[in-house]
Amino acid sequence: MIPLSWYLILAALLFCIGLFGVLARKNSVAVLMSVELMLNAVNINLLAFWRYLYLTSTAYNGFVFVVVLFAVAAAETAVGLAIIISAYRSRKTVAAEDFTALQG
Amino acid sequence: MTFWQDPYAAAVEWLRNLLIGWGLTVEAAQLILYLAGGIVLAGGSLALVIFLIWAERKIIGRVQDRLGPNRVGPWGIFQTFADILKIFTKEYITPNGVDRVPYNLAPVLAVAAVIMIWAVVPFTVTLYGADLSVGLIYVMAVGAIGEMGIVMAGWGSNNKFALLGAFRAVAQMVSYEIPMVIALLIPVMMAGSLSLGAITASQAVWNILIAPLAALIFFITSVAEVGRAPFDLVEAESELVAGFNIEYSGLKFGFFFVGDFLHAFTIAMLFTVFFLGGWRGPFVDQVPILGAVYFFIKTSLVYLVNILMRAALPRFRIDQMMDFNWKYLTPLSLSVLVVTALADKLTLGLSAWVRIPVFLGLNGLLFLAASVMVNRRAINRPRAEVVSRPRPLARPETAVQPETNGGVS
Amino acid sequence: MSTAQILFLIFSAVVVAAAVMVVLSRRIMRAALWLVLALFGVALIFALLDASFFAVVQVLVYVGAIATLLIFAIMLTRGVMDDSKAQLNRGWPFALLVCLGLFGGLVYILSQWNRFNSAAPALPQDAYDLTLFGLALTSPDGYLVAFEAASVLLLAAMVGAIYLALEKRGN
Repeated sequence: MIPLSWYLILAALLFCIGLFGVLARKNSVAVLMSVELMLNAVNINLLAFWRYLYLTSTAYNGFVFVVVLFAVAAAETAVGLAIIISAYRSRKTVAAEDFTALQG
Repeated sequence: MTFWQDPYAAAVEWLRNLLIGWGLTVEAAQLILYLAGGIVLAGGSLALVIFLIWAERKIIGRVQDRLGPNRVGPWGIFQTFADILKIFTKEYITPNGVDRVPYNLAPVLAVAAVIMIWAVVPFTVTLYGADLSVGLIYVMAVGAIGEMGIVMAGWGSNNKFALLGAFRAVAQMVSYEIPMVIALLIPVMMAGSLSLGAITASQAVWNILIAPLAALIFFITSVAEVGRAPFDLVEAESELVAGFNIEYSGLKFGFFFVGDFLHAFTIAMLFTVFFLGGWRGPFVDQVPILGAVYFFIKTSLVYLVNILMRAALPRFRIDQMMDFNWKYLTPLSLSVLVVTALADKLTLGLSAWVRIPVFLGLNGLLFLAASVMVNRRAINRPRAEVVSRPRPLARPETAVQPETNGGVS
Repeated sequence: MSTAQILFLIFSAVVVAAAVMVVLSRRIMRAALWLVLALFGVALIFALLDASFFAVVQVLVYVGAIATLLIFAIMLTRGVMDDSKAQLNRGWPFALLVCLGLFGGLVYILSQWNRFNSAAPALPQDAYDLTLFGLALTSPDGYLVAFEAASVLLLAAMVGAIYLALEKRGN
């Protein structure tokens, strides 16, 4: 049987890899992809907690969190990509460090 | 249950007993049976394609007042074998600059995604790969894998026509998935389950009588998903040369070809499951194997309509294709779903003789209203010049130039 | 080591390797394909957690919708980023430091927790009924508010995305 710790360590690792991508990648589409990795790490955690600690036949708390997270991920991608495409149209770049119009 | 009533179940039982008799454990016997079932299903579906290609060429030939294949074997029935031999002898050409892994993986995904659908289709009460409780979502998810195959082919080929084909493929498939899923919610609602077996079993009255509009929407969107005429913009010969599979040769091209034909037939099978009652028919309760016969007759009829449509209709333009989906099919599918749900709730408990006319009448009204709206818009709207005005994304040099120096920094 | 453990190790190795490639790969299209692999791996992990519904939905939503959208955006913006140069910021060592610190901290804190190594309870027969889950999502006694909030979020995102991506006619 797999102990809970394995899932949690996997999720933490995935989250940190995603965070590294968000902080370090130049391409803003790649930044969005890294955010997806982080959201997936959270999903693994939620389902692991549901399976190991809160498993009853009537409570679906873990499931509902995951459903909401799926919606958040979809919304985040749609809006994020719309912003990137819009910015690409006006500035001809997708590099995150070139979006400097709001820099002080 | 004797052999003649359900030879499949009897054969499986016999094989299992034989394996256990040889000293295998029950689990090992089950594993071997699963593997054998998978191989038979995948092999059978691929063998079917040989026949499908011949039939389609023959029928389209007749529609176009030609003879169709008629040289190899009686009625040209072995033509496909000759084609296969030819395709085997062709050279594999890998163009310069391709992205090797996606380029080689794409044909495999295109075929595998279709065969994976066969795993959940119930051919009779007892004859199915797996009756997943999330069967419908599984089918849609597997479709997404096929989409990924086309994208990989278009991108990996390093060819602008292939890339344009992939662009069109993604736009078309992602868009048409929406009305398709909404239309499929009606059979799910009627059965109260996502499993394909339960959906078939629930259709004492075929769903096409309850929701003819949903069936029509599913049929149209399924043709678009497969990318056949009139929705074959993905591989439009006259515009894109061949679309996403332009750089493929030999067996790799054959994979796409096989995947295309098999997908068309598979989607006809899904239409049968969701709207034509699957294996249901007279005397099926006594002789379950009759269900497979009914199933394939119904599927072939749907497939025949598909072929005739391919032969008869010209190709959509890309803006017409998008307009048709977003301004017509999507709102129509949403309203059909709402109306059917309400009608189902209101007539709950009445006999089928009352319910079906109500459903049919409501569907007819909806269709009429939708047609009136479409016609009015088509008459009143001046035709937009789509082709002559280049979009900024298509031609970056005509787009608004960015400010120099990156703004106020 | 049991079969489940071996499967878990294989799947998680796939997920982690693919995720690392997403972050490090120079060609953005390759990164997107690695992302697809990572998402598949996560779907398999879900299946190991007895949540087969979410495994299938994961493939449908992430591979079918999100990854396809990302690839579409990559195709639209192709050729703007120079693939031959480094794809990481100048400050990436600091980012690496932050991430390693976070990972170490998380594992340390979790290892102090007394239920860190708890084993899974057996799955009850009726623990996994999709119909009940659907009813719970839409019943006022269940999770209606969360469900509706998710719908409103999706609607807002749809409107926002259409508004942002709309080409302004006339200029």
